[in-house]
Order: sequence, then C-alpha cells, then structure tokens
Amino acid sequence: MIRLVLPYHLRNLAHVGTEVILEVEGPITQRSVLDALEARYPMLRGTIRDHGTLQRRPFLRFFACEQDLSNEPPDAPLPEPVASGKEPFIVIGAIAGG
Amino acid sequence: MSHVRVLVGTRKGAFILSSDGKREKWEVSGPDFAGWEVYHMKGSPADPNRIYASQTSGWFGQIIQRSDDGGKTWHQPGTPPGEPTTTPQGLPKGESNKFVYDTSAETGKPLTTHQWYDGTQHPWEFKRVWHVEPSLTDPDTAYSGVEDAALFRTTDGGKNWKELSGLRGHGTGPQWQPGAGGMCLHTIILDPSNPRRIWIAISAAGAFRTDDGGKTWKPINKGLRSQYIPNPEAEIGHCVHHVAMNAKRPGVLFMQKHWDVMRSDDAGDNWKEVSGNLPTDFGFVIDAHTHEPETIYVIPIKSDSEHYVHGGKLTVYRSRSGGNEWQALTKGLPQKDCYVSVLRDAMAVDSLDKCGIYFGTTGGQVYCSADAGDSWNPIVRDLPGVLSVEVQTLA
Repeated sequence: MIRLVLPYHLRNLAHVGTEVILEVEGPITQRSVLDALEARYPMLRGTIRDHGTLQRRPFLRFFACEQDLSNEPPDAPLPEPVASGKEPFIVIGAIAGG
Repeated sequence: MSHVRVLVGTRKGAFILSSDGKREKWEVSGPDFAGWEVYHMKGSPADPNRIYASQTSGWFGQIIQRSDDGGKTWHQPGTPPGEPTTTPQGLPKGESNKFVYDTSAETGKPLTTHQWYDGTQHPWEFKRVWHVEPSLTDPDTAYSGVEDAALFRTTDGGKNWKELSGLRGHGTGPQWQPGAGGMCLHTIILDPSNPRRIWIAISAAGAFRTDDGGKTWKPINKGLRSQYIPNPEAEIGHCVHHVAMNAKRPGVLFMQKHWDVMRSDDAGDNWKEVSGNLPTDFGFVIDAHTHEPETIYVIPIKSDSEHYVHGGKLTVYRSRSGGNEWQALTKGLPQKDCYVSVLRDAMAVDSLDKCGIYFGTTGGQVYCSADAGDSWNPIVRDLPGVLSVEVQTLA
C-alpha cells in the first residue's frame, strides 16, 4: 500500500481527498507509483508528467521523508517508509504568486 | 422566448452568464475550474448543450473539459476513472489532454522546428489550447488551436486529438516565430457554405486557409504590411491578432492585426486596410454584426507599448460601412481613468434582433450591449481578468 498526497488542483480533477491509497506491484519507484496513479485516475495523465517524454512537469516537485526526490531517476527505489506505507509520497506544486 | 448564455473564460476559472432575450437581468454561475486559466469555451452550433472548455495551468498543463448539459456539469472526455487506460490489446484509450505533434515519416517528419527569438531553430513544444472551435454540424467534432502553433481535430467528442499537420508542413512552418504572447493559433473560422474551407490565424505568422478540409494550406497575407519584420510585405511573419467573418457572407473577412484593421473580399487572397478614422489601429478584438454584413466592431488599444484603451476611455468603435468610417460608442462605458485591455477572443455577438454585443476586459468586467452597440451595461464588474467571451443564442 502506497500513500500519495496530491496538490489541491489535482485532487479536484481526480475527485479525491488529500491522500490517495494505491496498490503498486513490483519495485516501488517514482515511475511505478505514478503509473499506478495514472491507471487509477486517468484524468491525471499529462498533469504530473509530460505525455510524450514522461518527464516531471517543471513546476512540480516530488517530496518524501523530508527529502526532495524530484531529480532522482524515475526507476530508483523510493525510501523504505514510502514503500511500506509509513510515509506518503508527496506531489507538490512550486510556489508562485499571482 | 429566446435567451442567451455567455461563456466567459478568465485567468482564474470559467463563468457562465445567463439572461433572457431582453438581456437586462443576469444570472452568474461559477467559477468552474476555479484557480485555473480558462483560455476559451465554446458551444456546439449543432448541439447547444455541448460545450468545450480549455482549462490550462503552468503547473499541471492542459485539460479539455466537456459539458453535455449546457455547462451545469463538466467532465474530461476519455477514460472514466477506475478503468484501464489501455485496451486489452494494449492500445491507449482516449486521452483528452494529449496533444502530440505529428512527427510521422509520411506527414510530420520535416516539422520538427520553427524559428526562435534568437533566429535559431527551436523544437515545437505544446503549451496550451488557445481556442476550441466546434464543428458547425457535428457535436463530436471540434478543432483546437494550440501554442506552439498547430491545429488539432477531434471527431470523438474530445477524447482524442489529431494534428492536421498539413498546416505546419505546407512550407513556411520553419520560418514561423513566436510573438511576445507566444506562438499561438488563436483564430479558427469554419466556412458555413463550404465544409472543406477553414481559415486560421497565428501570432506571429499570419493567416492561412485550407480549401480541402485541412490537408493542404496556404498563407493568405497579401496586402498586410508590418513594419516590425524585415520585409514589411513578407508572405508570413505578420502578427494577426484576430479575424472575424459574418456567417451569412462567407469569404468577406475582417482582421485586427497588431497594428491595422484590414478587410478581404476574396476569402483572404488580398487584404486592404480599413483603419480609417480610428484613434489608434492597434488592438486585439474584432467582430462582425450577425445580421448586417457591413457592420463591424473593434476596441482600439493605445499601442503595442501601452496595452490599455486609448485616452483612459473604454470605447467600442463600430463601422457600418465595412471599415474606414468608424463611430465611437461610449454610452454606458467608463470614460475616465480606465486602463484595461480587451484580449483577442474576448468579444462575441449573439443572433437576436437587435444584435447583442459582448466583451470582457482584463479588469474583469463583462459588458453587454442589447442594441448593437448603441448603449452598454456591465453584466459583472469584478471577475478575474477575462481571456475569452463567447455567446450562445438559445431558443
């Protein structure tokens, strides 16, 4: 069981609350978690990762366990507390005014 | 009794303004898609309950929303939540926000770059949908004009979008260059008398036309003159801001260019300037009266360096002679200390008699004239900055 926290606008798009619970098979990585998220909530495809390249959108960051994992390789294992469900994987929007 | 539904896209969401045919009392609903930029919303002429909306964000990218009940509820066309995104054969299902440029060997291979600000070649990068133009006859068919400039079409109600790559591929694509607002395809006009003819316009490339349903295209910029490009009369490179046409007289086009108001009587093959006595011929919007083919409207903006209305006075100019002779329309509009702008897609006309004219400002006001421009009233005054205004006339 993976816990995932989405920013406000993506929660609205997916009609979910603050935290999403996902079942992810195999290694727990950024890619496998986001694949599972998009499979469950297809309306989020293209909003976190570019449709074509699957690169993280520039103004979004990935945090977990008080670490910024945004620039980690997508297939690198996520921290054990995320994999075990103790800590959430957080998708967060960059701060900007206006 | 007829009524009207005004679709307003703003920098922070979508609003729907409704009234009966008198257009005096209004109901305001929204914001829908609160906090998102809504570049454009437009209803299908074939089914007024079908409305498409372009919802976009610098953070989360592009979303296409669709309503099948006149804007009461919305959904993203495509795969329902919880269902697999691929078919049992592994093929992707609909992805309504997937705008992928055609790079196929057959039609798209040469179309990989355009000119960048520094003169180098730059890859086409999708940013957002500026304008959605539903088909005149089929609610499930619509066209999207996007940044970086290209034209896409859906034939399944917005679930899937496919580029009409003949536009970028007709030959001048690599010379196109973005204006300050980005390289956007912002105008799409469908010819009601010829389903194979479409006009589009791009900032800052110019106007283009297809006569074969989007397969092949040609620039139609003869007669345009733009001092900000090395050859002022070049085939492409003109910053066309908007083009309008009276649907009852296809082929007669009116254009608000960066500077200059222009007119074509031959479907865009040749243009002539009709700025006439306007106080300034810079501006963004232009629209045509529904019933009077020679009556057109513009809202002059002071200059390309000062994007607000001329003289601190919000003034619509109307020509009843197809240009050149313009009349200032000010009744009901602020005539001092007004420094708003009106963006290119933020004017619309209804089809009632008398023709209603609507526009929205960067200051969040939406004005209506129920008498073809003679007098104006604000419908709302304090919305977020208005990006687009469309109106549906409903039975």
